[in-house]
Amino acid sequence: MNSRRDFIKGAATGALLLGSQSSFGLAGMLDQHAEAGKSKVVVARDAALHGQGVQPDEKRVLALLDCAITAYTGHDHPVEAWRRIVPQDQVIGLKVNGLGGRGISTHLALVLAVCERLQQAGVKPGNILVWDRTARDLQACGLTINTDSNRIRCYGSDAAGYEEQAVAFGSTKVKLAKILTRECEMVINLPILKDHNEAGVTFSMKNMYGVVQRPDQLHGHNCNPSLPELNCIPAVREKVRFTIGDAISSVYEGGPVFHPQHLWYPNALIVGEDRVAVDYTAWQMIERKRAEAGVPTLEAAGRPPRYIATAADATHRLGVNDPKRIHLMEI
Amino acid sequence: MTIRSKYRMPPVHCGMVIALALILAAMGCKKGQINPFPASGAVAGWEKTGETRVFAAKDLWQYIDGDAEQYISAGVVSTTTSDYKYQGQLEATADVHTMKDAAGARRILETGQSKDARTVQLGDAGVAYAQSVIFRKGPYLVRIVAYEPTPEAQQALMVLAHGVEAKL
Repeated sequence: MNSRRDFIKGAATGALLLGSQSSFGLAGMLDQHAEAGKSKVVVARDAALHGQGVQPDEKRVLALLDCAITAYTGHDHPVEAWRRIVPQDQVIGLKVNGLGGRGISTHLALVLAVCERLQQAGVKPGNILVWDRTARDLQACGLTINTDSNRIRCYGSDAAGYEEQAVAFGSTKVKLAKILTRECEMVINLPILKDHNEAGVTFSMKNMYGVVQRPDQLHGHNCNPSLPELNCIPAVREKVRFTIGDAISSVYEGGPVFHPQHLWYPNALIVGEDRVAVDYTAWQMIERKRAEAGVPTLEAAGRPPRYIATAADATHRLGVNDPKRIHLMEI
Repeated sequence: MTIRSKYRMPPVHCGMVIALALILAAMGCKKGQINPFPASGAVAGWEKTGETRVFAAKDLWQYIDGDAEQYISAGVVSTTTSDYKYQGQLEATADVHTMKDAAGARRILETGQSKDARTVQLGDAGVAYAQSVIFRKGPYLVRIVAYEPTPEAQQALMVLAHGVEAKL
């Protein structure tokens, strides 16, 4: 498979090390580029993303990523924009989601595109770590396991392990993945948009269930408040700073596993720093699709994603869920 | 003669009941250990490409986290899964959920059917879509999913489904 070879090839050669070691963090970006007091979310679409095939066209995915990032940062040049997003001298984790198996996992083309731009922005290949719960999940995304630190690394928490000591926020107590706590200094979240049998919607915040040892223990009461509480744990809140959400394909019903009869192609990326605003935007997309397909709302289906409002409340303060406070850019 | 003594079984009948109980227990064990997956070549065009993985109910989250709860509440005992490939191209996954009883299998089958479900003659009841086949037979709930919408997918999945059904 060409894309897989390119991935390894890019990792092995170290790709390009361009430009200065600019280290603008993400913290100031909302103030610079969003409407005052609002959280910016970019939804970038390309109706021709899939062409004739099942898998999206890699070049078009890269172009779509560039559109999303430049729109988000306000920089015309994608590589320059990436330099504003990531510190070049730190280990950057890319948390993908392969739980749904081959049919509905973070697309390889998106992972490749992010890796390419990260390297061009000056991040060394060995400082990029693509990860998920298990090797099987990563392979479901089309990725190849690699632990060689001279190349882009890719392995699961099944190999790296979990902390012995549990950490807690509110009633939620978890053992975190060592990849998060010990290896990554910043994490870019690459979830895939899905309906979820318990949470209602799984996207940015829900993808953090893949950083704990026993996610099954966090599913009660539609994942509320476990899901916001997990995101409030310092390592998750502080390290996971940016979401490049994969809405290239999605399931609007029957998730989180793959039900091809409910497969849908939004052909979109949803990008933002505010995980709550990103999830609110994704939820609205799922509800619109459900209405179009004649499927009951998530509220009627008994699984409204109330965790989104909880995440925005005064106890959790993870972001905003009020559409008046979200600067939504659709391109 | 008291009612109690009236209905006391003779020793020979007690022995038969114990033997029957042992047989049923053995059948129960067999139900959990059954190999429902046709070997490569046993079903025309289909090759078994992956190992058979088995998940007890308590570990099902490791396979389908977020979806395991509905199977647990319907009484799943264990789930076995294996990957297949049709004519070297079309990839698919077959899951066989062993439920406590037929009612559990029925409950899962009837949940989440969409309007485009087509009723098929498989097991006790079954439905098919363009890329998947789901059926139940006794306590077993079988779900076979293909990863590409090829023109031959539906027919090929039905052939594999019949192969699985024959082993249940």
